Amino acid sequence: MTTPIRNTKVMNRHDLTCRMVAKLTHQEAVIGGIGNTNFDLWAAGPRPQNFYMLGSMGLACPIALGVALAQPQRRVFALEGDGSLLMQLGCLTTIATLAPSNLAIIVMDNGVYQITGSQPTPAGRADIVAIAAGCGILSSHWAADEADFERLVDAALDSRGPMLIAAKIDDKPGVGATRRDPAQIRERFMQGLGVRQPL
Amino acid sequence: MATDADAARASSAPGWPEIILRSFKRNEVSLVPYVPDRVLTPLIKSLHDDPFFTTFATAREEEAVGILAGAWMAGRRGALLMQTSGFATLPNVLASLVVPCQIPLIMIVSERGTLGEFNLGQSLVCRTMRPVLDALAMEHHTMTRLDELEFIVDRSIKQAVATQAPMALILSPLLTGGKVFA
Repeated sequence: MTTPIRNTKVMNRHDLTCRMVAKLTHQEAVIGGIGNTNFDLWAAGPRPQNFYMLGSMGLACPIALGVALAQPQRRVFALEGDGSLLMQLGCLTTIATLAPSNLAIIVMDNGVYQITGSQPTPAGRADIVAIAAGCGILSSHWAADEADFERLVDAALDSRGPMLIAAKIDDKPGVGATRRDPAQIRERFMQGLGVRQPL
Repeated sequence: MATDADAARASSAPGWPEIILRSFKRNEVSLVPYVPDRVLTPLIKSLHDDPFFTTFATAREEEAVGILAGAWMAGRRGALLMQTSGFATLPNVLASLVVPCQIPLIMIVSERGTLGEFNLGQSLVCRTMRPVLDALAMEHHTMTRLDELEFIVDRSIKQAVATQAPMALILSPLLTGGKVFA
């Protein structure tokens, strides 16, 4: 586990994911990062506006940015793990520069590569919110507890500008397991975004 | 012998950057992230100057692939500009996202490290490009001639979209002149 951040409770990824999904009432798009992040998104219940990554570690935020640029009227959430985000930290600078008003990033930070055997990440002394703010995403916040997480998600749904919410989570594995059918996942997502009609 | 009229015609004929830009427009390719390259600079500049395009630098080529995959799924077409060493960073995301998800990713690669570009930091990297494209059975064309360029760019974009398959267009120094050594 990482060095504790002051005033942040260690929460649970599946619980937080369910809390977030319950707030999505306007067909918001959600990009689930590789591994347990999208397993818990899968377990939170099927939504045609969910995209589940099966590889390409680190690309949840860039994929979400692409969706946000293509459909500026739709809110888009990237759900990403701390280890995955470390692979592609530069994308935070791109998001800060383009500043899409409809994009929010949620980082589930357990400080370990949980899915490969819980090895600690090299970021044991890092603060993801400080990194994001330093990259120029000024609205970057640690969720203090579950109620605060819900408040921040509400803010992301209402406010303009890119936003990053980070949550300290425990090392519990994901609850579900995404069905690994990338072509079907992609097609269903496109239908969910109104780009395609079913055959 | 070249006349003044020939010279005028030559200077007003569209160059490779203009041909690529108008092929993008014709095919509604409007989102163009890039990682810069000296040879691509005139194309990058004209994209920035044209409000039809949303064009910007990314910190890494993989990131641009993610952006374009997301944009495609949400209904917007784009293309990635980069040089050969940038392409060399991509096999993981091509094989784990673009190909299995059937994303028609359009890549324009400035071919560096060949035909007199002696920088060993580029020349060996350049030799990895076509084997990677072939290993993934990805369509690619090396463009060497101005008179073939519009046909290849236009048809390749249409082919990628229609077949939901990624493709790479490699800009040879034969087309672009490559890097000019002072």
